[in-house]
Amino acid sequence: MAYRIIDSCVNCWACEPLCPSDAIRPADPPAVAHFTIDARACTECEGDHADPQCASICPVEGAILDAAGEAVNPPGSLTGIPPERLAQAMAEIRAR
Amino acid sequence: MALEALDQPNTPAAGGGCSSSGCGSSSDKLAHLPEHIRAKVHNHPCFSEDAHHHYARMHVAVAPACNIQCHYCNRKYDCSNESRPGVVSELLTPEQAMAKTLAVAAEIPQMTVLGIAGPGDPLANPERTLATFRELSAKAPDIKLCVSTNGLALPELVDEICQHNIDHVTITINCVDPEIGAKIYPWIFWNNRRVRGVKAARILIEQQQKGLEMLTERGVLVKVNSVLIPGVNDEHLKEVSRVVKAKGAFLHNVMPLIAEPEHGTFYGLMGQRGPSNDELQALQDECAGDMAMMRHCRQCRADAVGMLGEDRGAEFTNEKVAAMDIDYEAAMARRAEVHAAIEANRTAQQRQPDEPSETFVPIASLKRSKRQPAPRETPAARFAVATTGGGVVNEHFGHAREFLIYEAAGDGDDIDVRFLGARKVDLYCSGGDTCGDAEDALAKTIRTLEGVTGVLCSKIGIEPWDRLEAAGLVPNGEHAMEPIEDAVAALYRELLAEGRLAAPVEAAALSA
Repeated sequence: MAYRIIDSCVNCWACEPLCPSDAIRPADPPAVAHFTIDARACTECEGDHADPQCASICPVEGAILDAAGEAVNPPGSLTGIPPERLAQAMAEIRAR
Repeated sequence: MALEALDQPNTPAAGGGCSSSGCGSSSDKLAHLPEHIRAKVHNHPCFSEDAHHHYARMHVAVAPACNIQCHYCNRKYDCSNESRPGVVSELLTPEQAMAKTLAVAAEIPQMTVLGIAGPGDPLANPERTLATFRELSAKAPDIKLCVSTNGLALPELVDEICQHNIDHVTITINCVDPEIGAKIYPWIFWNNRRVRGVKAARILIEQQQKGLEMLTERGVLVKVNSVLIPGVNDEHLKEVSRVVKAKGAFLHNVMPLIAEPEHGTFYGLMGQRGPSNDELQALQDECAGDMAMMRHCRQCRADAVGMLGEDRGAEFTNEKVAAMDIDYEAAMARRAEVHAAIEANRTAQQRQPDEPSETFVPIASLKRSKRQPAPRETPAARFAVATTGGGVVNEHFGHAREFLIYEAAGDGDDIDVRFLGARKVDLYCSGGDTCGDAEDALAKTIRTLEGVTGVLCSKIGIEPWDRLEAAGLVPNGEHAMEPIEDAVAALYRELLAEGRLAAPVEAAALSA
């Protein structure tokens, strides 16, 4: 049972000091481009907090996955930008 | 640093005589402040309109984490072509920040101020922020330290901030009403949970107001930043201005929302527009009735280096700083010499011939303009000035990346010149299609100068001269190296005499 940080992480450091299990490792470029979670140490904050801390402060949708591989903060859940609006805008910008 | 000497926490509210009624220009906006506060901001480029012509500042990007989300921010911050808050190219450790600051302070001796403004919230990363300040106050005690925050974590850190002698704090306060706040802040991180909606905004507002009160009680100078978001908080900002002034903030800086789809922010993608130059100015004028307003803010990047309006960050990357060999003591001595020369120059520029030659005259008495509103029988007109600093007209039109906008009104010797703000020519990277040829760049510049009558610069080419005239503007290169306010007054007088200024009725509408 562990959370995972994927490559959309922007290395903002917000999660690192919050982890009760000290499971979060900073990026170490060029080998490791973004923050990672030590799966052996991660407890999903059980027994320490009601909500998993890293996923509760992470500003990037989709950057943290739960044990099942699902995004804890799915598209639109943090910014309020509807995913289809974002996709449409990205397509418009790319088309320029 | 003399924080203890500030024993009148609410003094900024006291004077109150200076209002929006054209009570003069430049740092006159701070005339209502007690002398000891004015002395503290006298050489701070971000707080004093006059100082910003002469002194430099830098921000170090040591604080990447944030504890809230704002709808005008996108946390994927890294574009070297952009010049807006929250954007940086290189995140620094406190040690790297320290080395960079000492390098900049040695190479740019006009530097007086180091700020930590992000790219996240500096108090959401308090350790990195405070470590930087601690080190720097030991090695360069002449550099002023500032921090900018959203205020959420402020109350719990006020005492520590005071310990480190950080004597200026900026709090971004966009609202005092949680219902409005919910339209600006989708969530905050509070007590180990992500909190959303009106509840989140209420907590944030309470923390901001508490932090503001605690700082002013302790004599720390507090500036309040507000982002003007048309249709969301525009009317409300007048209330914000009243509230923060009552709690002792000494300066209110209303900044325009920056929102383009390519920035990937909620506002940018959802089509929320930013305010026009006129909307921004009108609101600043209304809020100015309540307190000192700041109009020369350039909305710098969180890693900006140099004079306001310029960014020399590329000269000070980690790699380049590491290669520099700096004598800290000698650099500090040189700064002291350069600052003394700047002060002599400022005094010479500003003193009226009949002014007594005191060593520190009150800023209000230094100004050339009168405290009374300008008579309205003559039309007001706006002028754009190209300058690289020093308080004089000294930039080639084609090289200007920004213009300072001044308004002149009056008659004969009684011409009132007031500073309205800075307009950037190329503030944003807006994608490939606007990076076109010189023709397009000039058209863009002319659009930037909307509402302006005359353009003062040190030199201007024949083609842009013709294009400006065709657009109804009066280009002028005859006041090169003259103090800006004198040059503006001279051109205004000239145009008035030639009958080339708009009728009073139109001018009044323009400045409304």
